[in-house]
Amino acid sequence: MSAEAEDVLKTAAAWRAAGEEVALATVTQTWGSSPRPAGSQMAVTASGRMAGSVSGGCIEGAVADAARETMRTGTPQLLDFGVTNERAWEVGLACGGKVKVFVERLA
Amino acid sequence: MTPTLLAALTAAREAKRPVVLATRLPGGAQKLLPAPDAPEDLAAAAVRALARDESGTVKLADGEWFLQVHNPPMRIVVVGAVHIAQALVPLAAQLGLAVIVVDPRRSFATAERFPNVTISTEWPDEAMDALAPDARTAVVTLTHDPKLDDPALDRALKSPAFYIGALGSRKTHAARLKRLRELGHDEAALARIRGPVGLPIEAVTAPEIALSILAEIVAVRRGAPLSLAAAA
Repeated sequence: MSAEAEDVLKTAAAWRAAGEEVALATVTQTWGSSPRPAGSQMAVTASGRMAGSVSGGCIEGAVADAARETMRTGTPQLLDFGVTNERAWEVGLACGGKVKVFVERLA
Repeated sequence: MTPTLLAALTAAREAKRPVVLATRLPGGAQKLLPAPDAPEDLAAAAVRALARDESGTVKLADGEWFLQVHNPPMRIVVVGAVHIAQALVPLAAQLGLAVIVVDPRRSFATAERFPNVTISTEWPDEAMDALAPDARTAVVTLTHDPKLDDPALDRALKSPAFYIGALGSRKTHAARLKRLRELGHDEAALARIRGPVGLPIEAVTAPEIALSILAEIVAVRRGAPLSLAAAA
């Protein structure tokens, strides 16, 4: 069951093959009660399509922004999302978990 | 990811070859494993990740690597192309399981009843020999017919299948265990069979029974603390 019914990589590859600009975000490490395990993926296109997820919905927006930047620059990013403490961070995990997300462009 | 690497990864996945995509963090250099030129510690870490079926970050001599595990999907062999199977198959697919339906009765095992599913109309023991269940395979018998269920269960017990379930009442199950005992299976082997199959959620309809079976498969797969006694 490591394979999910929703095959994000396959979707991303199909989008790329169809000529879309695509970035792939992957959870590389988690601490505490983060909602998605390492290996969870989300694909984003420059045209605004999205598939998969890297959290319960808390950080997808920020990851999509980073993905667009990586599509533009071609430089991968390793994002770090920590615990939300209401004021300090606009983006974080309400559950108190911590995740790292690697964002890369599909060349 | 380079187009070459994506193509290689896609090809491996389509061929159901277990591979690991290793990504150097934070730089992003990537390598598909196993590879003849891989450093020894990276190759060993990839083998471990595949065995555990768990993606994650590892710290090696040259820094951090993220290992994305791409194991072929787990399989579920469903013996009996019956009504409950029709409910079970799409749910199992949703869970990411590759489904094979086995039933030599061709009027049951039709593509119309089971669209987009691998169907085997061989006799269950022959089908099971061909499928060779491994530790990433679940086997569920649903026919209620000893002529079909028993040979499948016999083969399943001789395999390392991680889940073996048999539909049938307690009475049916006791009779089944007696027959399998006569085939030479000992108590430890017979204890591997979950029967009556599924978590005890008072399931009545076909989809409810399918749900209870799949919930039990997830529980076993994830190591949830279930006692066999509780299910019996």
